[in-house]
Amino acid sequence: MNIVVCLKQVPGTTQVKIDPQTNTLVRQGIKNIVNPFDTYALEEGARIKERYGGKVTAISMGPPQAEEVLREALSTGADQAILLSDSAFAGSDTLATSYTLARAINKIREYDLVICGRQTIDGDTAQVGPELAEMLEIPFVAYVSQIAEIDNGYMRVQRMVEDGHEVIETPLPAVITVVKEINVPRLPSLRGLAKAKSAVIPTWTAKELGVDKNMVGLSGSATRVIKIFFPQRVYRGEILQGSLENQAESLINKLREAKLI
Amino acid sequence: MEYFLSEQQKTIKSLARRIAEEKILPVRAELDEREEFPWDIMKDFADSDMFRIFIPEQYEGLGGGCLDLCLVVEEISRVCSGVAVSYAASALGSFTIVAYGTEEQKRKYLPDIASGKRLAAFALTEPTAGSDASAIKTTAEKAAGGYVLNGTKQFITSGGEAEIYTVIVLTDKARGARGASAFLVEKDTPGFSFGKKEKKMGIRASSTRELIFRNCLVPEENMLGREGMGFIMTMKILDQSRPGIGAQAVGLAQGALEAAVDYARQRVQFGHPIIALPVVQNVLADMAIQVEAARALTYAVAKTIDSGAKQFTEESAMAKVFASDVAMKVTTDAVQILGGAGYMRDYPVEKMMRDAKITQIYEGTNQVLRGAIASELRKRKARRE
Repeated sequence: MNIVVCLKQVPGTTQVKIDPQTNTLVRQGIKNIVNPFDTYALEEGARIKERYGGKVTAISMGPPQAEEVLREALSTGADQAILLSDSAFAGSDTLATSYTLARAINKIREYDLVICGRQTIDGDTAQVGPELAEMLEIPFVAYVSQIAEIDNGYMRVQRMVEDGHEVIETPLPAVITVVKEINVPRLPSLRGLAKAKSAVIPTWTAKELGVDKNMVGLSGSATRVIKIFFPQRVYRGEILQGSLENQAESLINKLREAKLI
Repeated sequence: MEYFLSEQQKTIKSLARRIAEEKILPVRAELDEREEFPWDIMKDFADSDMFRIFIPEQYEGLGGGCLDLCLVVEEISRVCSGVAVSYAASALGSFTIVAYGTEEQKRKYLPDIASGKRLAAFALTEPTAGSDASAIKTTAEKAAGGYVLNGTKQFITSGGEAEIYTVIVLTDKARGARGASAFLVEKDTPGFSFGKKEKKMGIRASSTRELIFRNCLVPEENMLGREGMGFIMTMKILDQSRPGIGAQAVGLAQGALEAAVDYARQRVQFGHPIIALPVVQNVLADMAIQVEAARALTYAVAKTIDSGAKQFTEESAMAKVFASDVAMKVTTDAVQILGGAGYMRDYPVEKMMRDAKITQIYEGTNQVLRGAIASELRKRKARRE
């Protein structure tokens, strides 16, 4: 099983700063971490490899310091890692990101499964997983909470839904996103850390990926962040007065008026 | 304080801290309450290659030194001393094999210890022989196929959980100090069983049991080193492991200091956090000084050993004595700082105080070790270069 895991480096804080000109994230000067959901993706990749054999390739699109999350990945189960980095990628929305990731995965060529975390904690859109599947033209399953079996080019998984789970069977290759209920990510091992420290992580630029310049970065973004703000809390409502019987009658009338009953 | 740790040592230390905070901290109170051996955490250590640190590279280890081991023990002990000693005991149990084992013995036992598949332990103490190790009564008599062991070991750390035991037994009573030998005995060897698990004051996550030998036949090839070298090997091995106890004590004291400072910063009495009171500040300052001094001494001894020193009995005794006395004092002071709350089992410091006591007792009581230091002083004119 050749597995590709997509990881993203995100700010390790809820205090995000926005560049007023581009309305995108200011990444300098903030402690960075690997997107927590991606650690579950990587762990699942490592477990599949341990169970069925194969290889785990970790990829990440980001500025040069995103290499840190790839090194961390090498110490916790990834066999190799590739950084996708180019100034042309800056300001990408999820569409441009998915396009770039898809170019890289196509360049990797031999893969059976792409695993992503369900969403990032900075963007929170959960869009890259499904967009990636569309770009790669392969099936997609979201919110996977368990991989039950992989056999003969097919994979059976549990997809977490609000009140339980569904069992889905998909042909491979496919893209899945995983939820944190799927596993407990391992801590690094000393040998893994040593391997990660000395590993060579190649960087693939826009040129090496052969991207269309209009499909990456700000130019390739179909959406533009206009404004990011905390919505004002508006308190609306009425406290019903009177005896309990009066309040109940008042409530019933209001519900009737609103045509709710 | 800068201790000039190598990159490798910093990595080891930070990974040990992560395991301690993520895996041990949430369960330490329960392990203590239920006196449960921390098998899940041993697995976490194994998965992270922590047992490989004290095994040479050619036997699937990482070939770390004394300081590397001390760094790990300190970080674990900062969170739970019982778990720390369970880890350190496997190191102690491996030292005899590394130092005195034949190639076959090393290849047979060290890889399993390195991978964490099997734990090791060391067995010397008996009911009649604590500080007076020479008073052991367990015998090993030559027989067909090997040696037959008879006797009982007492208070053995990881007794019943470990699978590979280095046992010190009398092979020739008449020869006195040259009358003991060391044997490797595996769990489940016929004639080898365990007594009841001891109920202890502290380090309750660690299992302490008697080892019972009744006509236990141990193969010839399981003798470690040469016949008659048992006590000499023991003395050298304990010299090597004492800085580890020093590290255990330092970690424990560090955890207690942190708990005390955290509490003092938020506990308000007389309108201010109590850390504003000079009486409290004096206690905390002394605690901090002692912890740092104990750490500096322990690390210095570990580095001395790592530099290849041949003789370090005195230094290793100093590290253990000083650090364990510091741990007892600092943990007691921590309970005092937390006051009534410190006495309650809901807070972590009373456990730390209970855990500290044993560090002054095992691996050579502090009284015996002071005697050993004085002995060295008497031997020379106490003039340093």
